[in-house]
Amino acid sequence: MPETSSSDPELLNRLKAACKDTLKCMQCGVCSGSCPSGRHTALNIRRLVRKAARTTDVLKDEQLWMCTTCYNCQERCPRDIDIVDVVLTLRSMAVHEGIMLAEHTKVSELLLEYGHAVPIDEERRKQRVELGLEEMPLTVHKYPDDLKEVRSLLISCGFDSLLDNKGKRNAEKETI
Amino acid sequence: MKGLSLFLGCVVPNRYPGIEMATKLCLAKMDIDCVELKGASCCPAPGVFRSFDTSSWLALAARNIVLSEEMDRDILTICNGCFSTLADANRILKNDPVLREQTNGHLAKIGREFRGNIEVRHIIEYLHKEVGPDKVRSFIERPLNIRVAVHYGCHLLKPSRERELGSFERPEFFDELIECLGATSVDYPDKTECCGAGGGVRSAQREDSLRLAQHKLSRIKDANIDCIVNACPFCHMQLDAGQEEIRQRTGIIYNIPVLHYTQLLGLALGFSPDMLGINLNVIKDNKFIGKVENE
Ligand code: SF4
Ligand code: SF4
Repeated sequence: MPETSSSDPELLNRLKAACKDTLKCMQCGVCSGSCPSGRHTALNIRRLVRKAARTTDVLKDEQLWMCTTCYNCQERCPRDIDIVDVVLTLRSMAVHEGIMLAEHTKVSELLLEYGHAVPIDEERRKQRVELGLEEMPLTVHKYPDDLKEVRSLLISCGFDSLLDNKGKRNAEKETI
Repeated sequence: MKGLSLFLGCVVPNRYPGIEMATKLCLAKMDIDCVELKGASCCPAPGVFRSFDTSSWLALAARNIVLSEEMDRDILTICNGCFSTLADANRILKNDPVLREQTNGHLAKIGREFRGNIEVRHIIEYLHKEVGPDKVRSFIERPLNIRVAVHYGCHLLKPSRERELGSFERPEFFDELIECLGATSVDYPDKTECCGAGGGVRSAQREDSLRLAQHKLSRIKDANIDCIVNACPFCHMQLDAGQEEIRQRTGIIYNIPVLHYTQLLGLALGFSPDMLGINLNVIKDNKFIGKVENE
């Protein structure tokens, strides 16, 4: 697995290319001032934008995973930077470097197994019947052939191999 | 205009089936042409799967869209997350030939193809645009004399350049759909603010996520309302189950009933709270039920 440090020039080049829009940032702080998550968590989106095209350390920053993707910052950014797209790009680069939060690995395993990130449970099966619905929803839960299609697609895209990295690396609290 | 296919997603059928029932009852009562989208999967959820990997996010979304294309129907979503994924993926695949070809390469292995000939709708904007508050009002059997805190949720409105639903800072269409049922949509500070669930934050950073929910709930509590009404089962879960999670951590009790819009509409159309699964919430409030039923 490649090291996610600034000493990895190839990764840094990809990061720079993917986040080149962030170089338009004038560090005005409208984004962090609009950020509901920033008010209640450690997330400082202005700082993340600043780091984005400059250091691969940004991929290890746990703050990346505190953004609810509410789009406030992107809507208000005076430089029209698609900030949420930047966050999503950084996150997926992190995941492809093997950095994934434990709970997210679990959700991904559920998707691979059931085709649902939130599969049905016993209690809800009962509730469905009491409501007059079919016990199993008419989704991949009800149709095994459809579930097979979903799994084939995920495997065709290499989604399963992203999970092989689980536990090897986790996001870090502070990188500066 | 094409007929609709109902896309369920995960949280509605598997956690809050009352919302599924409410949706089906309302659509039938209002005579809206909508059939179930059989064999669909997770949309897949934008906060998590779109964050992880674009190709698999697009491929699964495309499959769900194709199932509806094959019926020549537009997709109706009842969740802001499903709307976000399916509307964004539909737009990306219609406009980006490279990603479309890549995605169709994966779909070919299961014998399907994205054609790009349907639209993705959200029940709130659909009811507002295609039915309209006046027509909705004509179906009412039980006018609701209650005070409502509406929670739009982020992905119904934003990114606004794609959603094209007017002001994301001070939207009105959802309030109009609530007021046409006889209810009052009460203004409150931070009305359009995030519930804290999205972006995979609720699943992996629960404590952070609940602090955002707590802020939102405290603003709503101060507005002296009878219930919260949302457009998204994930916001619904965060604001309903979240109240209990916050109580366990802080001792603060909000006790605010939470309804998906289809459940509020169902009450106005004359269905009982039990039929709509309102009693299946974590937060149960008999005072609210009594107030609605005895009007
Ligand atoms: S609002 Fe835009 S320009 Fe201002 S600091 Fe944030 S990203 Fe930079
Ligand atoms: S999208 Fe993320 S970073 Fe931007 S304002 Fe919302 S929570 Fe903050």
